[in-house]
Amino acid sequence: MTPLIIFPFLIPLITGFSALLKRRGRRRVAFSIGVTANLIAAVVIMASTYDGTILISQMGDHPMPFGISLVIDSLSAIMLLLTAVIAFLVGIFAMATIDANRERFAFFPLFAFLVAGLNFAFLTGDLFSLYVAFEIMLMSSFVMLTLGGERGQLEGGIKYVTINLISSTIFVVAAGLTYAVAGTLNMAHLAIRFSQLADPGVTLVLAGMFLIAFGIKAAIFPLFFWLPASYHTPPIAVTALFGGLLTKVGIYAMWRVLILILPAATAILQPLLITVSIFTMIVGVLGAVAQMDVRRLLSFHVISQIGYLLMSLAIGTTDALSAGIFFMAHVILAKTALFLISGIVHELEGSYHLKHLGSVAKRHPGAAVMFFIAALALAGIPPFSGFWAKFLLLRAGIEAQQYLLVGVGLAVSLLTLYSMIKIWNEVFWKPNTYTPSADEQPTPLTRIERRAMIGAAAVMVVLVFALGIAPESMISLSNRAAAELFPNGLGHSGYVDAVVAASAEIGGLSE
Amino acid sequence: MTLLFAITIGVLFACGIYLVFRRSLVRLIIGLSLLTYAANLMIFTSGNLLRRGTPIAGETPPEAMSDPLPQALILTAIVISFGVTAFTLALGYRASQAVGGDDLDAMQTTDREEMK
Repeated sequence: MTPLIIFPFLIPLITGFSALLKRRGRRRVAFSIGVTANLIAAVVIMASTYDGTILISQMGDHPMPFGISLVIDSLSAIMLLLTAVIAFLVGIFAMATIDANRERFAFFPLFAFLVAGLNFAFLTGDLFSLYVAFEIMLMSSFVMLTLGGERGQLEGGIKYVTINLISSTIFVVAAGLTYAVAGTLNMAHLAIRFSQLADPGVTLVLAGMFLIAFGIKAAIFPLFFWLPASYHTPPIAVTALFGGLLTKVGIYAMWRVLILILPAATAILQPLLITVSIFTMIVGVLGAVAQMDVRRLLSFHVISQIGYLLMSLAIGTTDALSAGIFFMAHVILAKTALFLISGIVHELEGSYHLKHLGSVAKRHPGAAVMFFIAALALAGIPPFSGFWAKFLLLRAGIEAQQYLLVGVGLAVSLLTLYSMIKIWNEVFWKPNTYTPSADEQPTPLTRIERRAMIGAAAVMVVLVFALGIAPESMISLSNRAAAELFPNGLGHSGYVDAVVAASAEIGGLSE
Repeated sequence: MTLLFAITIGVLFACGIYLVFRRSLVRLIIGLSLLTYAANLMIFTSGNLLRRGTPIAGETPPEAMSDPLPQALILTAIVISFGVTAFTLALGYRASQAVGGDDLDAMQTTDREEMK
């Protein structure tokens, strides 16, 4: 029982309410303090779980399954830290670039509530609370996406809202059915109950429903069409936040539910997962190659990278899961960095369109260097982070003899590199012959805003670079996270045993 | 009783999905709320549909208690779907203003390349 565990949820929540302040200056101070405090909390949590302890708190001191468990294992700690870093840097970027109108209509509170939802999803050890966390997150994302009310935003918003509501409906029905079958909603307890269940048929249905529900949120093939229709419509700070974090929560939930709770059914679903993973990678990258708008191009890459993350589930070994977790860290950082850099180019040059940009490398060499590093990291060129991520993942694939997956993964890397080179050529190298129209003028920014914007992206790129140069600690961390999550025997895993032990201390598990 | 619930849930889901597939924005929103109703009823069946005693310790013996959890879950889901429906209605209203009608087929400009 440690109070530390609730801070990642409490801090953004309080930040959200205090960022409702009327005066612009105070609002911003409250928000800055909030994201900083959130980052500090995440660092402290990472430090206190770094030796392998799993922080567990039972709500109201009731033992599980009666009290809701809040659990921070290594995977949660990693995700919390990543979210806090992204929230901090994108928060700074948003403060520099968001327009006054959106800010007046509660942009920063929504930002904070979104982070609260994300953090709660990573904290909770209860299936229904996970649904609630998803709803907090989605509700804020709905409003953030449509805030401003431009036509494109509203159109994209309707698709995004509709498909996400359908996904939530499937999720909540699956949670209800899980309760009907197992009589509990605590994830650790579910893992035990399902391992004792004789009939695999019903778990297969549940696994399928969870796969679809989380698959829609993660934008896997063929459930991704909402993403390229909506992600490029809001301001770039919102796109960076969504592209970096939101779809990844779907994958996180898949890991938690499919690997921890329903490993037997997931093993049966393996051929399906492999097919979906392959198509997600290919369709995503082919979609990206065809785009001329930087934001749409990067949105399609979000889908393609989800394919790699799904690959970890499709291979289904501890090594693959560990590689997937490393990949998650890499892709969250690299993707957000790329979105932020495209935002910088837009603020400085006034456009996102490849045909309307050119010779940015000459005018803004700093932005070019940043893009170069982030793009090569995404494509997986050594010594950047993407190389280690893909190397670990493909090695796990070869060891599990999934040669088709490995082959596709390599080919898609090449296409990723190709589309990154396309951006490089069009935006940074080619001489600019286009005369911008009236609405394509660069945004007038003050010097501080400009520095904050570039500084946030630069720090992100430095993190990507650091992850590539010194990946050891992250690799050992993701190894441990995978080992804790992965079942080691029927109904046992580091996670489950820790939750059961913590409950036994305060009264025990009564059947 | 179980059969009645199964049929009701099935019909609600079918109507919801049918309405979501229509071109009209209003029908889409009504369809979405029907889907959430169906989901709520579905959770309701995950408890026991038989008539049982109130789940209060000391008043009912534990073996005769009804399961209070599904109702708590539904209550949460209802509150969430209430908020979401309010938001979709507002969104639908704004979108129909911006597009000039409630035809979903007119809302495809974000998928086209010429958009800046």
